Amino acid sequence: MTTMLFLILLSIVLGGAGLAVFLWALRSGQYDDLTGAANRILFDDPPKP
Amino acid sequence: MTAAAAGAMSVGMSAVTQSLCAHCGQVAPGGARFCCPGCEAAFTTIQGMGLGRYYAERVLAPDARPPRPESNERWDLVRSIATDAKGRNELVVAVDGLQCGACVWLIEQALAREPGLVAGRVNMTTRRLRLVWDGATGQAERYVAAVERLGYRLIPYNAASLAASQDRTGRALIKALAVAGFAASNVMLSSVAVWAGLVQGMGPGTRGLMHWVSALIAMPAIAYAGQPFFRSAFAVLRRGRTNMDVPISIGVVLVTAVSLAETIRGGEHAYFDSAVSLLFFLLIGRVLDHVARGRARAAAEQLVTLRANDVAVLQADGSTQRLAAEAVAPGAMVLVAAGERIGVDGVVTAGNAPLDASLVTGESLPVAAGPGTSVFAGTVNLGAALTVRATATGAATLLAECVRLIEAAEARRGRFVVLADRVARRYAPTVHLAASLTFLWWWLAMAAPVSQALLTACAVLIITCPCALALAVPAVQVIATGRLFQQGILLKSATALERLAEVDTVVFDKTGTLTEPVLGLVDDGTLDRAALRIAAGLAAASRHPLSRSLVEAAGPVVALDDVREIPGQGLQAGALRLGSRAFAGDATAAAAAGPELWLARPGQPAVCFRFDERLRADAVETVARLKSMGLAIILASGDRPEAVGRIAATLGIVEWRAAQSPVEKVALVERLRAEGKRVLMVGDGLNDGPSLAAASVSASPATAADVSQTVADVIFQGNRLGPVAETLTVARRAKSVMGQNIVLSLAYNAIMLPLAVCGTITPWLAAAAMSSSSLLVMGNSFRLRRRA
Repeated sequence: MTTMLFLILLSIVLGGAGLAVFLWALRSGQYDDLTGAANRILFDDPPKP
Repeated sequence: MTAAAAGAMSVGMSAVTQSLCAHCGQVAPGGARFCCPGCEAAFTTIQGMGLGRYYAERVLAPDARPPRPESNERWDLVRSIATDAKGRNELVVAVDGLQCGACVWLIEQALAREPGLVAGRVNMTTRRLRLVWDGATGQAERYVAAVERLGYRLIPYNAASLAASQDRTGRALIKALAVAGFAASNVMLSSVAVWAGLVQGMGPGTRGLMHWVSALIAMPAIAYAGQPFFRSAFAVLRRGRTNMDVPISIGVVLVTAVSLAETIRGGEHAYFDSAVSLLFFLLIGRVLDHVARGRARAAAEQLVTLRANDVAVLQADGSTQRLAAEAVAPGAMVLVAAGERIGVDGVVTAGNAPLDASLVTGESLPVAAGPGTSVFAGTVNLGAALTVRATATGAATLLAECVRLIEAAEARRGRFVVLADRVARRYAPTVHLAASLTFLWWWLAMAAPVSQALLTACAVLIITCPCALALAVPAVQVIATGRLFQQGILLKSATALERLAEVDTVVFDKTGTLTEPVLGLVDDGTLDRAALRIAAGLAAASRHPLSRSLVEAAGPVVALDDVREIPGQGLQAGALRLGSRAFAGDATAAAAAGPELWLARPGQPAVCFRFDERLRADAVETVARLKSMGLAIILASGDRPEAVGRIAATLGIVEWRAAQSPVEKVALVERLRAEGKRVLMVGDGLNDGPSLAAASVSASPATAADVSQTVADVIFQGNRLGPVAETLTVARRAKSVMGQNIVLSLAYNAIMLPLAVCGTITPWLAAAAMSSSSLLVMGNSFRLRRRA
């Protein structure tokens, strides 16, 4: 019983962490430009002088 | 004749191999590396910055604007800059000419070399560039110039349209979706444990624990993620109406309450999983719907922004200042260059020029303007530069008058009740009645305990909760909107599809709708091709609308060197002249009705090029297709009867009206609607705005006046009329798929309802049935993706 309680809590905390990360990503605008993100990985930044 | 001109002539006539400009990819004069000095400068700049990789990586889209620098636009940037308390400035501009990922890379790398810039980032989805910097606002000019030098056009957004596009609703919906998804998956985990326990033998204590865990996750999630539905249900109930959100809200709230009571009592069944996953499924539908429509709206807004133009206001000291049209004070002197669109209503004080007023009045032939003539915002100056004194702005302009007519027409139009709400009006009372009867039957007739009767009644509510029904319409809308979007058709309104499907009469405007928005060269078979190519070589240097038509008609040509533009008269290169009758023409020739250009060559008679309006390439075919779909076609134009009659005859349109004022057009549309017709109005002019608003549903080409584009439900891009027929076809198919979906979900309810009334529904059966019916409806909607 204790094991189960512990595991249930753990799963909720982990799931909640995932939710929090998603909400943070949404708030910081990471989903605003999905087309751009898909294209950007094709280009390297030139070396900084 | 100069050697250059002679050489160009021989090239033009024999159509020697053509080379493409190394920068913009357009045709370059015989064998040259660049088409113009601007492109050469851009190429040098890019290579100088060490960004030459751009040319290897890019893919030029044929339908996008080529990256050719055209630096004759100056914007009043200051009005669009937002400065925060710390002195940090932000400017958002629309980027015209963005082709692919390489463009984004090029712009950002070029900006990274500008000092003082904190952030310069392109959003490829919305095609916007956001600039952030500290210090003086004047720096903006420099950053904008750095990007324009590369060949892109940057147009500032006005603050109002930018705020409107922030899209708070979309974000709130996605957050609700995330919370519902999190809760649904976790609640489902403990539910599956409970269901397995039914078989394997789970003790009541463990089951109770699982129910409590579900309750603690589900209840806050429902309170948060259910808000979009609760709010909408509350709003319509307060007005004494009902929609699909009412049964959803009642169902979810009741189910949660009963499940909570069961959990407290230590009962066997709790339905938290059903309640949460119901919200999750419905939110998926809402989010997709919102995203699809938001994309169409953003694209429509971009179209309007790209065409906005600033006004050159003459200052007391003789200099000019660029101002936004709405910032121009009455009495200010405004300079209008050749080929430019007039930005304000006013009176001409100096200069003589023909004006193209087709977007304002529907008149296809240019009208002459001279000192004292009243001109309206939206007309295009076809001749020499004009000076216009701005008259009263605001409520007195023609635009404001049209907006008033539009508002009046919209108020008379009446609200359209969407299919889903019409179903909900019958569905909600039926379901709630069935649940009450079930309760009474179990309690009174079967003498069951109150709690059991209540639980059975709730099972009825859960099983009839309109999950599939609520998805039936949005799922189709998302797919139809997406399909049309790919074809350049922007569906702005959520209810437009249903209204389009019912259309039985189409009213077309003529000028700019059935015909192309620019005047075309008249080719009656006697056209001198060689002369045309030479004329086009001269005209390639000019931005004048007639010059552009000439170049377009001639096909790829070699631009001549050393072309001088003589204001108000024409173009000259050596002894070659292209321009007005007085400048280059034969004064003795018979006067023509429409606009004309003359080409004068030494030793040869002058050649006249005449221009007239031209039907869209597929107009005949589209009108025939619409007729075969069983639609009545009416042509209503503000133009002269001869011009309208000729077009109507060509297209085989029997019913046509000419010389219609905006008020008469509205009256026509409203009379048709009073007869019970469902009218689709297709128009582009300012004068069509009110009738667009009065029609059941409306469409505009992307070249339409701003007001018309704002009012229209559908905007189609490109030079063809075919999208009108395509939209109607897709709408009709969408409507029939919506009907099938509703029948499917009602059939599912009809099968499950007796089981629920008998009390044989268990939570796992409810969850499985609900998910499968939703998936069925979504799957059916995807059939719309297939081409007919």
